[in-house]
This record gives sequence, structure tokens and C-alpha cells, in this order.
Amino acid sequence: MWKFIHKLASPPHFYRLAAQIVPWLVVPGLLLVAYATYAGLFLAPADYQQGDAFRIIYVHVPSAYLSMMTYMIMAVSAGIGLIWRIKLSHAVAAAAAPLGAWFTFLALMTGSIWGKPMWGTWWEWGDPRLTSELIMLFLYFGYMALRGAIDDTVKADKSSAVLALVGAVNVPIIHFSVEWWSSLHQGPTLVKKGGPAMDTAMLYPLLAMILGFSFLFGALLLRRVRAEVLFRERRTRWVKEMVLSGGT
Amino acid sequence: MTDNDESLGIFAGTLGVARRDLLLAWKRPGDILNPLFFFAMVATLFPLAVGPSPEQLEFSGPAVLWVAALLAMLLSLNSLFLSDFEDGSLDQMLVSPLPLSALALGKTLAHWLTSGLPLVLVSPVVAITFRMPFSVTGILMLTLLLGTISLSLLGSIGAALTVGLHRGTALLSLLILPLAMPVLIFGARTVSLVAAGDGVAGGLYFLGAYAVLVLSFAPFATAAALRISNE
Amino acid sequence: MDALSMGGYGAYVWTCFMLTVVVFVICEWRARLRHRRVYRDIEVRIKALGDTQ
Repeated sequence: MWKFIHKLASPPHFYRLAAQIVPWLVVPGLLLVAYATYAGLFLAPADYQQGDAFRIIYVHVPSAYLSMMTYMIMAVSAGIGLIWRIKLSHAVAAAAAPLGAWFTFLALMTGSIWGKPMWGTWWEWGDPRLTSELIMLFLYFGYMALRGAIDDTVKADKSSAVLALVGAVNVPIIHFSVEWWSSLHQGPTLVKKGGPAMDTAMLYPLLAMILGFSFLFGALLLRRVRAEVLFRERRTRWVKEMVLSGGT
Repeated sequence: MTDNDESLGIFAGTLGVARRDLLLAWKRPGDILNPLFFFAMVATLFPLAVGPSPEQLEFSGPAVLWVAALLAMLLSLNSLFLSDFEDGSLDQMLVSPLPLSALALGKTLAHWLTSGLPLVLVSPVVAITFRMPFSVTGILMLTLLLGTISLSLLGSIGAALTVGLHRGTALLSLLILPLAMPVLIFGARTVSLVAAGDGVAGGLYFLGAYAVLVLSFAPFATAAALRISNE
Repeated sequence: MDALSMGGYGAYVWTCFMLTVVVFVICEWRARLRHRRVYRDIEVRIKALGDTQ
């Protein structure tokens, strides 16, 4: 088992394997997203309360999900890197952070655009999910700023790993406190996104979209990790041999 | 050495570091006073910006005081490990036989005593200018007392991560502020709720529980960060 | 044409979907760009080392 993990985590092996995996993620990812986009935009019935504006959740919910998921991926791989000193997992954490920030940004933008016709305002502080996403974006910024401030890669890896772990402990507490904070607010009655009783014709495209986003995200992450691994291993023999033989 | 002696030694180490920092702070009172002046000045900015309307000041008082306290805590955090880093005391702590987390806890304790506690004691004076009733002021002090403990502990992690980076307070704020938001939410909202005549218990329990949670991991995270920063 | 107007919410819905495509394209493009840059730097360095020997 350990041998297998070490072989998998060895940079040259991972570098080659990742390139082979990417198409296997991109193709099903694109198919799922294409189906979900068509079904979500044209097949699913309009929401009786929100009309066709509810279709924004087909991109909002998956990006919000990915923004949370990416922080967990980042924190877990940073923790693995810190404890078991696996270099590859630090590369994964470094590659995940900007992607997480981008998807958090997307979730914020789509949430805000959804809010305009629903609440009549681009930003509603009373909505705990938007506020949580905003704090999430700041957490990503902090992580990337710390990484950017340290020149030495090894030191940057370890320092940012400590921050990611402390952040991971705090993420659920932040969500809880923001929920509590907005529950006190007796503002205008807001239309809730989604809702528990969702028609299956609405739900299936959403699930397909979440799955499709995850596949495409996996492909993006692997690409970024490959670039990161190549940079970190730039002085090694295997990279030199690979470049000399013209491989990518 | 028995286990008992050992734990006594660790305890003495924590207190020793704290006592040393307190002595240093006593000799340079500016380090304690500057954040307090900053706190008072930020609290002054709001009435000047908002206008002197009594209802508005009464309404925004808890929020202003809490935000000002949070910023004042941040201001003092930057120097937490800086002088030790520059004069080499930090290297001594790293090679000390005592666990680094215990020494880091001592530093944090001294930081709280020199920046958190003075803020708690000064806050009633500022609160009066916001027309805060005495009963609410008591709750404000209680939330600040519990909240600043968490802020000192969280802040020590950030200070340890950024020591020696010479990036100043901006980077430290970027790291610490998102983590500090639960403390701000519960601290400020509890005081507002009391001012509006609601119950307080929930917010105070949260602040207490959060302080205990942070206390359970912050010294270890700070110690790890200090080791990494000094490699 | 009716389906595209989304019951009056077309501008909001289509902006969101466009934005999603843009974010995916940016992420993909940045990943490829970084990989290409790192690769080229390595090539240049190997070549420089080869020339001096």
C-alpha cells in the first residue's frame, strides 16, 4: 500500500499519469455540462416563484460547491504534506488555491446577478450564503498572499499549510456564525434558493451540472499541478531528460 | 524528574516568558498606550463621519467599539515576535528544552495582558460617549474580555507566520481578519441584542467556547509556524 | 426566440452562463500558460548549460 502511494506520489510518475487522466475527465465533464445546460435551460420547467431566473442556480450552486470543496482539498493536501512530507501534496495545495478563488468569485457573481431580479438589489447582506462566500474569498486571498510573500518554496509550503489548517478549523465556525448573524436580521422576506422540495426535472440537471463541474475542475487541477510539479522539479534529471527528448 | 516536576517546569516556562514580556512592556509604555490611543481615535472617527445624531450613535455604538477594538488588537500584533526575532531571543526559545508551544503561550498571554486587557478596561470610557447604558457596558466588557483572548491567540498564529517577512500589518490583517469574523459577529451582535433588550447567554457561551477551542490549538500552531519561519 | 428571453430574465441568466464559460476558459488558459512558461524556461536553461560545456 505504502509502496503504491509513494510510486503514485513520485513526481515523474504523477506528471505522466496526470497527462493521461486529463482527457478522461474533460470528455465526460463536457458531456455532462452540455446535457445539464440544455436540460436546465430548456427542459426544466420554470420555478413557480422565481420564474426563469431560478436557472441561474445551475451555475451558481455547482460553483459554490466547488469553492467549499476546493478549500477542503487544499487543507487536506496541505496537512498531508506537512505531516508525511509528501512534496506532491504541497504542489496540489498550491495549485488548488487560485482555482478555489476563481470559483468563489464565480459563485459570488452569479449569486449577486441572481439577487438583482429576486431581491431587487445586487447585494443583500441578509443572505448568509453570499456573506459566507465573501469571507471564503478573503480566506483564499490570505492564503495566496502568504504564499506570495515567501520566496522559498519549501518554507512557503509549510507556512501556508499551517494557515490552511487553521482556516479549515474555522470555516464551519464562520458559516455557523454568519447563519446566526443573519437569522437575527428581520429584513424583507427573501426568496430562498432551491428549496427542499425540488421537482426531479429541475434536480437532475443540477446534479449532472455539479458532477460535470467536478470533472472539469479535476482536469483543471491536474493541469495546474503538472505545471507546479514541473516548476518544482526543474533542476532534476528526469525533467532534463524529458525536455531533451522533446516530451511534454 | 517526575511528571509533576516536568509539568511545573513547563508552567514556569510559560509564566517566565510572560513575565519577561510584561517587564519589557513596562519599560516601553508606548507599546501599550499606542493601541489604546488608536482605539479611541477610530471610535472618534465614526461620530465625525456619521454625524452627532444621538439615536444613530446609540445604535452603532457596539459595532464601532468592537471594530475599533479588533483593529487595535491587529495593530499590536505585528510586533509580537518581531523584537525577539531581531535580537535573537527567538533562537534561544527554539533550542530551549521546554516545549515551544508553552513559550508561545507565554508570549500570547503577555500580549493579551498588554493589549487585550487594557482595551477591556478603557472601553467603558469610550462607551459612555456613545450613550451606552451601564448595564450594556458591562456586557460589552464581558464580550471584549472573552473575544480579545481569542483574538490574541489567533493573532499569535498570524504573527508567527509573518515574522521576518517585513511585509507589515497589511499581510497580517489579510491572514487574521477572515478568521476573526466569528468573534466580531458574536461580540458586537451580543452587545447590540442586549441594548435592544434581548437575552445574552447564547453569544457569551459562543465566545467562551470559541476561546477554549482556539486555546486548544493556537499555541501548537504558533509553535509550528515559528519553527517554519526560522528554518 | 421566446426560449432565449427566459421570461424576461434572459439578460441575467445568459450573463451568468457566459461568466461561467469565461471563468473556465481563464482557468484553463492560465494553467496552459504557466506550464508553457515553465517548460520554456527549462529549455533555455538546458541550452545555456549545453553551450558552456
